[in-house]
Amino acid sequence: MTMLNPLVLVLAIPAASAALLALISSYRLSSRINVLASFLTLVSALSLFVQPPPPDAYFLIDDLNIVFIVLNTFVGFTTSVFSASYIAHELETGRLTPAYLRFYHAMYQVMMFGMNLALVANNIGLMWVAIELATLATVLMVGIYRTHEALEAAWKYFILGSVGIAFALFGTILVYLAAQPIVGEGLQAMVWTVLIQRVAEFDPALLNVAFIFLLLGYGTKVGLAPLHAWLPDAHAEGPTPISAVLSGLLLNVALYAVLRFKMLLAANPEAIAPGPLMVTLGLISLVFASFMLYRRRDIKRMFAYSSIEHMGIIVFAFGMGGPLANFAGLLQMTMHSLTKSAIFFAVGHISQVKGTQRIADIKGLTETHPVLGWGLVLGVVAIAGMPPLGIFMSEFLIVSSTFSREPLLAIPLVSGLLVGFGALLLRLNGLAFGEPSGSVAPVEASYLPMFGHLALVLIAGIYLPPPLVAWFQHVASILG
Amino acid sequence: MPNLALDIAHLLAGGLVLVSFMMLYQDRLPALINVFALHAILLAASVAWQADIQNEPYLYVTAIIALGFKGFVIPMTLRRMIVRLGIHREIETVVGIGPAMLAGIGLVALSMVVMLRVTAEADPLAREDLAFALSVLLLGLLMMVTRRNAVGQVIGFMSLENGLILAATGAKGMPLVVEISVAFSILIAFIVIGIFLFRIRERFDTVDVQALDRFRGDQR
Repeated sequence: MTMLNPLVLVLAIPAASAALLALISSYRLSSRINVLASFLTLVSALSLFVQPPPPDAYFLIDDLNIVFIVLNTFVGFTTSVFSASYIAHELETGRLTPAYLRFYHAMYQVMMFGMNLALVANNIGLMWVAIELATLATVLMVGIYRTHEALEAAWKYFILGSVGIAFALFGTILVYLAAQPIVGEGLQAMVWTVLIQRVAEFDPALLNVAFIFLLLGYGTKVGLAPLHAWLPDAHAEGPTPISAVLSGLLLNVALYAVLRFKMLLAANPEAIAPGPLMVTLGLISLVFASFMLYRRRDIKRMFAYSSIEHMGIIVFAFGMGGPLANFAGLLQMTMHSLTKSAIFFAVGHISQVKGTQRIADIKGLTETHPVLGWGLVLGVVAIAGMPPLGIFMSEFLIVSSTFSREPLLAIPLVSGLLVGFGALLLRLNGLAFGEPSGSVAPVEASYLPMFGHLALVLIAGIYLPPPLVAWFQHVASILG
Repeated sequence: MPNLALDIAHLLAGGLVLVSFMMLYQDRLPALINVFALHAILLAASVAWQADIQNEPYLYVTAIIALGFKGFVIPMTLRRMIVRLGIHREIETVVGIGPAMLAGIGLVALSMVVMLRVTAEADPLAREDLAFALSVLLLGLLMMVTRRNAVGQVIGFMSLENGLILAATGAKGMPLVVEISVAFSILIAFIVIGIFLFRIRERFDTVDVQALDRFRGDQR
């Protein structure tokens, strides 16, 4: 019975398939196993709804993290489908060799394992170890092309990511120290469910300092300005499936860690309110990234800045707090993951067929490659926040709740959104329309992941099923 | 005499801060590696002493990892590596010794002010350990930004991480200390030594990180 526990499966499938994939040298077989393993992980994640296991000292499944886990495994699955067609092309052009692909597939599953472990961890130390593991796997994958740019990106990511992770560990130790006099020594003082019950008695000064370290540490991984420097490079220089997973998933996992600690702080009446700090960092990221969008020449780098922008909006929404803003933040996070990974699926095939990532060299996509081109148009329109797509709805909720509560904050928020909107549509115009340039060769793409995501985003913009709304509302109320 | 036990713990932790300062002004890599080995040995002594006074036998494992891995294996590997890379005679200074030391003193003062104030109610061992640990952490960070050689940055990161191990040890009864030190050791061994330095070397014929900056993707 314990073997078939969905929680165990969510962790065991990626771990076992990572070991298996490390042994298989045929890339066709290993990409299929990768897809299959990701699918099975998704199924086990979904079955967590049916029978959530009770929390213990290491693992916790509650209404909050189940949303993250399902999103994580879903995008992990669709990305593995995209990855299968992407890497076949990389192998043909010789950018990757079969030996690297073996490594790539094993690392893909290690990364999924790390992220799933971070999401189900009830122990703040275990959560830290898991995020470190996921970071390590992505650093190695970002550097996989071994070009100058890829190595530079991986080195920068490694250095900044390690400093972030070191800060996060220091914050975790401080939380333990704050808990230790109240909860007692040992394992219990690191268990989140125990901490949240007793946190009101903790020393507020220690908690404050701890939260600063945790916010800076995990915030580096979320990609908040001014700690974002690794993010555009890592997105631009790694394989595109990894860009999709970084933007769609890893940023969320780090955000999840921030949210867990925010809940701890909020439950202690004497500690500083975590909201304003997050609001500030979120707004800085949003405004900074939306201006930076104008100056980008590399297509993947541009969408990486768009991820910083969106993480800014999401952190802002969670920082504002309250049922409406939290609900909007959750929705925005889900929609952003789906849309951004769909965009990267399109961009991956586009840059392969055109042989470049330079925006100036890609023109008239809707004529040369109508399906990909219109897919990209739909994705960018969605990410820019146009109705009737999902992101419009969540941004509308964030803006309207900000106007009603803090009208002054709405000014930078709305201007940041508009500036980013303008930049994206400006670039999209050049990419999708006009005189075609570059190769017109047909592309062997798997369109299913891209259009699957975009269809979900469209449906969510028009009609959100009531059970989902109720679930998100409930989670929003837990987040406080 | 319980105070003597505490005093020795403070002496060792304070020594770690001192050695961090020594690392700041080493401008030759072999000397820097030697000082780092000293840093790790001091950390091992400090952790072992705390294992004794806290009666936590598992901390000895952490101490042994620190001593064997960071005190001997890594410095020896790094030494062989810089000889093979031919950079063992290079002299590098990015920021002058004076400004670096002053910045270091500022950071130590900052961490004392912050940590001693917020931990007024914690037990004295954890309290001063944390202040020292934060100092070591910030000095490691300072070292990472004042070096431009990849080996120097890695040593800066490892000294930063020593500060974290010290903090984790000072937190009485904290589980996972051993796991954390293992995780960190793997992180370092796995990426830094095995892959990056040689790849960078292969591509750039140098481990000067400045060479990497020329290849930043956005300047295409």
